[in-house]
Amino acid sequence: MSTPVIPVTAGTPGDELPGAAVLGKISYRIPITYAVLALAALLGLVGTMIGREGVWSQETEFQSRYGDQWFTIPNFSVPSMLTVIVLTVVLIAAAVYGYLLTRDRRTAPLWLHIVVGLAFVLAFLTWAGAGKTSVIPVTSLLAGALALSVPLIFGAMSGVICERSGIINIAIEGQLLFGAFAAAVVASLLTAPYLGLIAAPIAGGLVGALLAWFAVSYQVNQIIIGVVLNTLVLGLTSFFFSTLLADNASTWNARQPLGVIEIPLLSQIPILGPVLFRQTILVYLMYVTVIVLQIMLFRSRWGLRTRAVGEHPKAADTVGIHVNKRRVWNTILGGAVAGLGGAFFTVGSGLAFGREMSAGNGFIALAAMILGKWNPTGALVAALLFGFSKNLGNVLGTIGSPMPSQLLAMLPYVITIFAVAGLVGRVRAPAAEGIPYTK
Amino acid sequence: MKLELRGITKTFGPLVANDHIDLVVEPGEIHALLGENGAGKSTLMNVLYGLYDPDGGQILLEDRPVTFDGPGDAVRAGIGMVHQHFMLVPVFTVAESVALGYEPAGPGGILDLQAARRKVEEISERFGFHVDPDALIEELPVGVQQRVEIIKALSRDAKVLILDEPTAVLTPQETDELIKIMGELQDAGTSIVFITHKLREVRAIADRITVIRRGKVVGEASPESTETELASLMVGRSVSLAVDKTPAEVHDNSLVVSDLTVLNGSTPVVDHVSFTVQGGEILAIAGVQGNGQTELAEVILGIDEAAAGSITLDGKELLGLTVRQRLRAGIGFVPEDRSTDGVVSSFSIAENLVLDLYDTEPFAKGVSMYPARVAENAEVRTQEFDVRLTDIQDPISTLSGGNAQKVVLAREMSRPLRLLVASQPTRGLDVGSIEFVHKRIVAERDHGTPVLIVSTELDEVLALADRVAVMYRGRIIGIVDAREAGPAGINRDVLGLMMAGVPLEDAVQQAASHQSTLAGADALADGKDLT
Ligand SMILES: Nc1ncnc2c1ncn2[C@@H]1O[C@H](COP(=O)(O)OP(=O)(O)OP(=O)(O)O)[C@@H](O)[C@H]1O
Ligand SMILES: [Mg+2]
Repeated sequence: MSTPVIPVTAGTPGDELPGAAVLGKISYRIPITYAVLALAALLGLVGTMIGREGVWSQETEFQSRYGDQWFTIPNFSVPSMLTVIVLTVVLIAAAVYGYLLTRDRRTAPLWLHIVVGLAFVLAFLTWAGAGKTSVIPVTSLLAGALALSVPLIFGAMSGVICERSGIINIAIEGQLLFGAFAAAVVASLLTAPYLGLIAAPIAGGLVGALLAWFAVSYQVNQIIIGVVLNTLVLGLTSFFFSTLLADNASTWNARQPLGVIEIPLLSQIPILGPVLFRQTILVYLMYVTVIVLQIMLFRSRWGLRTRAVGEHPKAADTVGIHVNKRRVWNTILGGAVAGLGGAFFTVGSGLAFGREMSAGNGFIALAAMILGKWNPTGALVAALLFGFSKNLGNVLGTIGSPMPSQLLAMLPYVITIFAVAGLVGRVRAPAAEGIPYTK
Repeated sequence: MKLELRGITKTFGPLVANDHIDLVVEPGEIHALLGENGAGKSTLMNVLYGLYDPDGGQILLEDRPVTFDGPGDAVRAGIGMVHQHFMLVPVFTVAESVALGYEPAGPGGILDLQAARRKVEEISERFGFHVDPDALIEELPVGVQQRVEIIKALSRDAKVLILDEPTAVLTPQETDELIKIMGELQDAGTSIVFITHKLREVRAIADRITVIRRGKVVGEASPESTETELASLMVGRSVSLAVDKTPAEVHDNSLVVSDLTVLNGSTPVVDHVSFTVQGGEILAIAGVQGNGQTELAEVILGIDEAAAGSITLDGKELLGLTVRQRLRAGIGFVPEDRSTDGVVSSFSIAENLVLDLYDTEPFAKGVSMYPARVAENAEVRTQEFDVRLTDIQDPISTLSGGNAQKVVLAREMSRPLRLLVASQPTRGLDVGSIEFVHKRIVAERDHGTPVLIVSTELDEVLALADRVAVMYRGRIIGIVDAREAGPAGINRDVLGLMMAGVPLEDAVQQAASHQSTLAGADALADGKDLT
């Protein structure tokens, strides 16, 4: 009784049998994205040649100095038109190279994405700053971008933690706001900004606990309860802001900035050094959060169970994982992470608490999480891209760009959507997201 | 470990799914549970596994009463289960799925995926299941998922093992392997509860047989009983296990597949496949799961994309048409995995019965739908296919596995068809229902429809098919004609060899000279030889 059992799973390459090889369809999404960017640069170039007087003699001045450094690159100017032409040629070449690679069924390497992104941004900056008396402050542009991204990144990490376990966290906005409030008040009362960093996650975790309680114990629709919690936190903080905090601002709502910690050596790296390594402890905590979460989610027991609970809770239940317990803890943890992010608005930026301070960042964080495919690093990139485009709009607004301000305000959204459509592709939410688990 | 259930009662609303059920499983005993679809077998096992709270009764392990608050408790008490509807996370790899809940981990809870992989390899090697630990669950055909589910249960070293229809989509060879494993576990003292609708398996391995009907134990049967006796005990009437059919009368209409290739990434999973099914005949595709049958069936309906080749139905090209256009062209399609592709589990039974016709007359007109007609249709169909249910407006997830399968069959076989494609059509059905479904399939054929059956069940293939095509590694390695049946024609041995990749002529020769070795599987199934 030795009937053979055949070792085959789908797609096992077989012995070579006759018949022409058939190859699959090629997706040209990435070269098309490159080509669109190259085309945009080209159009801008041609438009400028026709439209502006004396373009050939214009120059663009860049500045990289930012605080004290051992050595600084002095401001330098480049001939605007020539630079844009060179960068446009680079973009076109990249598009062609990308096309050739894809046609030969090879994937475009990461450096090509980076070259394309840099070339486009530089071309845009050169074009925008052409013939202006003001300089393009490269380093402070990046530093501002990071600052705008910090709450988004914390918020997106919170979203990842909750949604990977199957709970939709619309309350990120409220958690950020409550974290900002708690950090400001505790820091001010005790004149200790670092204690604010302890109060903020507790406040955020509290909002998370409420969300989990209603979502798990009462199975209230998670989107609705999230919206209600946002409104609740907004009302509560606004009430205290206009009564208690306004009456005695010096006790309750004094500014308590966190000190900047400069990392020796690393902060001396030109351009990126001061941006990344001359920061408060909160920003360093953010780096740690992203890295740890990325590792834990995909490499740890906690991550495996969290993902199982968010994808197929019944399967998790059958191997003895407590689905609802896991969801409650993850939601509280997520709330705490968002709360910590909220502290950036107050102690992290050295500001007092202000009404509606979170200003929709929680929702953008949610978008960043989705665009990042529910992955910590993906969400990080999406949030950074968003912060960068937003600050680009701000900087261009102040130096006066050829673009109308309304269009500049749209910039972050347009760039983010374009990058996602062009480079990210299809995203898929955790399968059991938003569905209460009952036996 | 000794297991005893005393007076277990479980109700769902007005329905009594388990009515004071008593069951004793001695240490090292293989206890088969038989019963028609909806009898309450899975419910009883879910109670035992802690997934359902019983409304009454007691569970005893080693004569000590235990209560389970959830499956976690049952698992800790040493109970393992292979669920009828797989409990696998689609986006996990095989190794992750097997590790889940019992993860080998280092400091900080960091997973030792290498150890998880080794575990899968070790078990699959020991038991002759060949499964790639890094494959994604969602990309595996159901037969392979079934193996993963079994590996998962075996990796836990359970002292009481519940197997709820573990062989529903296994090939005969794999079933033999599983039966051997069960024997080994039995020798090691594991108690096994084995649920199946395949009576030859029961006779081959069971020490005791308990028959359940409509939630009650109706008696014990001895493993020496004949299949016919067991069948009538299960369904309460006599069942014909053979399919009556006249020789095929072929018509001009046909499904023609030529030079079809389907890719998964860059590997061909269906590789230059060509065949024709004429109106009025049944072509069965046999083969070990994972050899391209799934993709072949799906590409005919349009769920998968073809990279090259053509599929014509009555002379019209199907490639390029949308799934809806193909359905409207008269394709009936029974997917291999009913729970993911066959039904929308949160929809009612009535709605599931019109999934493909909900927007056409008589169920809808313009923007309005007629729920009364949908309900009326559901009453008629569920009567006809003998679906055991409480209310047609209940979500389909409340049906037993076999009854859900009947809903899919009822939907796909109740409109005028120009082609029927059915994968594992009788997966999980009891013998009475199989008899009915086989009759319906033959009737569809006699009506002049081309019928394509994909099945790993050789008995079913031999009973239904007019011609059999064997797929191996994405290719059709031979098509045999049932009319030539006999020593030189198709029999289990020849097909078994072809499924292992032996070309037709060699297979016929080898089968003739090595009859004795290959007949082992049958001997085993007849209970004569339990090595
Ligand atoms: N969650 C549920 N809610 C309501 N009714 C249910 C539920 N689960 C099962 N039932 C009903 O209980 C009865 C027994 O179902 P069960 O799944 O135990 O049958 P089974 O014997 O395993 O059948 P099969 O052979 O088809 O798998 C069926 O009538 C089914 O409709
Ligand atoms: Mg069942």
